[in-house]
Amino acid sequence: MIKKISGPLVIAEVEGAKKGDLVRLGGKRLIGEVVELRGKNASIQVYEETSGLKIGDEAINTGSPLSVELAPGLIGGIFDGIQRPLEDIVNVSGYFIERGIDVPSVSREKKWSFVPSVKEGDVVSAGDIIGQVEETPLIKHKIMVPYGISGKVETIKAGAFSVDETVAVIEGQKISMLQKWPVRRRRMLLQKSPVDSPLVTGQRIIDTFFPIGKGGAACAPGPFGAGKTVIQHQMAKWSDADLIVFVGCGERGNEMTDVLKEFPTLKDPKTGRPLLEKTILIANTSNMPIAAREASVYTGAAIAEYFRDMGYNVAMMADSTSRWAEALREMSGRLEEMPGEEGYPAYLGSRLADFYERAGRGKCFGKPERDGSLTLIGSVSPPGGDMSEPVVQNTLRVTKVFWALDEGLAHKRHFPAINWLLSYSLYLPNLSEFFSKEIAEDMAEVRAEAMKLLAQEAELEEIVRLVGLESISKKEQLVLFVSKMIREDFLYQSAFDQVDQYSSLKKQYYMLKSIVEFFVKGSPAVEEGVDLEQLKKSEVVGQIAGARFMKDEDVTNLPERVASSINALRSGGRHG
Amino acid sequence: MVKISEITGPLMLVDGVSDAAYDELVEIKLRSGESRLGKVLELNGDKALVQVFEGTEGLDLKTVSLSFKGRSLELAVAPDMTGRIFSGLGRPIDGIPELIPTKRLDVNGLPINPFSRDYPNDFIQTGISTIDGLNTLSRGQKLPIFSASGLPHSRLAAQIAHQAKVRGKEESFAVVFGAMGITYEEAEFFISGFRKTGAIENSVLFINLASDPAIERIATPRLALTAAEYLAFDVGMHVLVVLTDMTSYCESLREVSAARREVPGRRGYPGYLYTDLATLYERAGRIKGQAGSITLIPILTMPDDDKTHPIPDLTGYITEGQIILSRDLERKGIYPPVDPLPSLSRLRDKAIGEGRTREDHASVANQLFASYARGREVRELVVILGEAALSDTDKKYLEFANEFEKHFIRQGQNESRSIEETLRVSWKLLKILPKEEWKRIKPEIAEKYADKS
Repeated sequence: MIKKISGPLVIAEVEGAKKGDLVRLGGKRLIGEVVELRGKNASIQVYEETSGLKIGDEAINTGSPLSVELAPGLIGGIFDGIQRPLEDIVNVSGYFIERGIDVPSVSREKKWSFVPSVKEGDVVSAGDIIGQVEETPLIKHKIMVPYGISGKVETIKAGAFSVDETVAVIEGQKISMLQKWPVRRRRMLLQKSPVDSPLVTGQRIIDTFFPIGKGGAACAPGPFGAGKTVIQHQMAKWSDADLIVFVGCGERGNEMTDVLKEFPTLKDPKTGRPLLEKTILIANTSNMPIAAREASVYTGAAIAEYFRDMGYNVAMMADSTSRWAEALREMSGRLEEMPGEEGYPAYLGSRLADFYERAGRGKCFGKPERDGSLTLIGSVSPPGGDMSEPVVQNTLRVTKVFWALDEGLAHKRHFPAINWLLSYSLYLPNLSEFFSKEIAEDMAEVRAEAMKLLAQEAELEEIVRLVGLESISKKEQLVLFVSKMIREDFLYQSAFDQVDQYSSLKKQYYMLKSIVEFFVKGSPAVEEGVDLEQLKKSEVVGQIAGARFMKDEDVTNLPERVASSINALRSGGRHG
Repeated sequence: MVKISEITGPLMLVDGVSDAAYDELVEIKLRSGESRLGKVLELNGDKALVQVFEGTEGLDLKTVSLSFKGRSLELAVAPDMTGRIFSGLGRPIDGIPELIPTKRLDVNGLPINPFSRDYPNDFIQTGISTIDGLNTLSRGQKLPIFSASGLPHSRLAAQIAHQAKVRGKEESFAVVFGAMGITYEEAEFFISGFRKTGAIENSVLFINLASDPAIERIATPRLALTAAEYLAFDVGMHVLVVLTDMTSYCESLREVSAARREVPGRRGYPGYLYTDLATLYERAGRIKGQAGSITLIPILTMPDDDKTHPIPDLTGYITEGQIILSRDLERKGIYPPVDPLPSLSRLRDKAIGEGRTREDHASVANQLFASYARGREVRELVVILGEAALSDTDKKYLEFANEFEKHFIRQGQNESRSIEETLRVSWKLLKILPKEEWKRIKPEIAEKYADKS
């Protein structure tokens, strides 16, 4: 029975309530979760708008925790923060979302063709793959033995089944393709291992300068308008993960629409299939109930871990974790907890750490032996762009990649507006072997040289601002010229140009190598007396600028062209 | 027995309540016969906390009678509501009798299912170069104007309301105007402007003036958006909603929050300000299969011109860009003083280009941004070093920045430039710079359009 209603928080007497139990409230059977118990009273955070609830309305305990449904039928779908399918909700309530809607997360009608991979009589245990369903041409949905079940397979059959029909019987237990999993509980790996290969995103500043490894965690904090969402979308579109879980957490409705509209038309760079065949969307837009926002990142993580356990490389984007933290803060305020920094609850740091630690790669439970990974990328929206605020600071403590989005760059329309002097990736040592083996032996040196030039540029610009361009040496002027090339011809990348939006790792290397080569060969040339203006006007400068729009094979010999063109200038200079 | 036990600020604590619902509308009858409206903010046992929209002035604990209405605050709507002027709580104030409603709608609305949304990519021509050329507005977008005291945001909003159109289409168009805590003069400026151009026939106005009860403002934008939703999705019109001034709205929210003794967030605003603003702004949009749309232009004044103040900050995180007015430009006598650099339309790239505006639009816009940014940097340099220290290229950039402000940003208050005209001016300005500096323009685009325009 309900005793108190204050926004999304309801206090009620609930029979046999345990912390975490799912509760249904009032005549509309709104969904809530027990977050606190005090004497006979349970504090319930309600995942839907509470207007219309009355004192004395009933509160029914379902006895089970908030869970996700894991089964074929998730891919290509869009779900709200507590995994209700938004597409099916349209059929029930039209284009506005009514309250108290009860629709199963995955369709019970659709039949999937199940192909067993174990035989009757085999002995299996939790996590073992017993068969699979081709959910989309890109993803074979592996059916795994649920936790807590093991023993001899008594029956198993191939054929078309809906998700709740029995496909196998193990030690008397009926197994269907549908599993439930409490969203707040993490799914474990058998053994975690360190990151050793990059998540290739095709975004030059990320892949070359601040790469993220498969199984890593990254954050992208920045003020509004700095391009957080565009970066998240670019990662979702171009990264070489097998499966993408995109959580739109307290963000704009139109952004989700954009993804829904664009992804079916976009092709996966690896396979050429529509991107939606490897994407799952969770949408709690900013006008949807706040408590469900808090749950949405967990819903996303539970689904992502489930696919990781099948042996896939999964990437999850959460945009934006600040909205999630704010939802925590609001609930904490209503619970009258003692506030920590900036009103956030004292447990903000531990919740964030707990979330980002769900990233990782390693051995999954069960047979056959397989590796999976989950990469987490969270954006943070600090108030006023202030990086010292608690959500950014707590996130930086647990993520190893920091992409600092810079408002100044965004104003100059330099995109991606990632500040190259502030950002970092701690995965570079893990990935150095991959880069030198797969891309080029001197990849690390080329990157380091470019970074050095950019750092020098920042210092020189200070001087130029104070005393003018004429006061620095020709060689220093060359540094400025080359670093401008790095910025404008390499780091700048258009998300809207058909060619420029994705660069392969090899292309990235050759592009950067060309620019660095221009400096390496150009600086002795300038010292020898070759006219700087002449050097700046050389034909290769235009070619370097155009490399963004070139095909991979046309860029391969660009470094040599740069070298020979400058050498020609040098010899010309000597003779003349 | 229902009895008021406390009156503090805009709130009343009521005892002996049974069967009241959260968020329910409450009618408060004074002995004088006057009636006011309130809503339930919190229920605890037999106690209800009620927020009084029209202020608690003159209420007492004894003689006031209360009735719980069994519903939330609703707005009566009808197709003939256009041309009407209502108070901030939806009562007619134009001397014409009340509407005969075709239905009553809960002003809180419901969230649009993201699956049902249609992406806003119909280019709206506002006739203003800084918006059309650089920060393009789309149908269904929410694009706020960040202004500050003394800047001409009202004139700009009125100009947009009068000039905005989707080209090549004749469709029914309406303006819903929600005023929160603005001065009589400002309101009069809008109303007379709408009358003069005849636009009043297609407008619905909700007016809460600075002298009206402050708490009423919390309802005003919800009424305006409910009217807009009705006109857009029931009647099938394209609705432009102008809400001004969001800063007064947020201050009223803060007042209620303080009266409730909630833990304050930044600058005393409640921690749920983001969510609250989002439930307003996100009501803009288009819906698949529906003829109408809601385009939203909220106006807010930044306290002390500070963009990081919570109101502009949280707004910017929700809306699809922002148009920022600049005091510097205003001082130079430039109207509209839109500063293109911090302004942004997130939906621009999907609304422009071949088939929508013109093939060269994106390249030109990017180049203008980059060049104007550089020009402004050079201008700062000149302050320190003097013009003599500039390289030839830098001098060109300086000239570009000056001319850009004079010929691109500046335009008349009744001057409606077509997008072609905006692009023509752009190319003319870009030619001030050497062609090697056109780094954001593909050579084939430059060749095709640079001299043609």
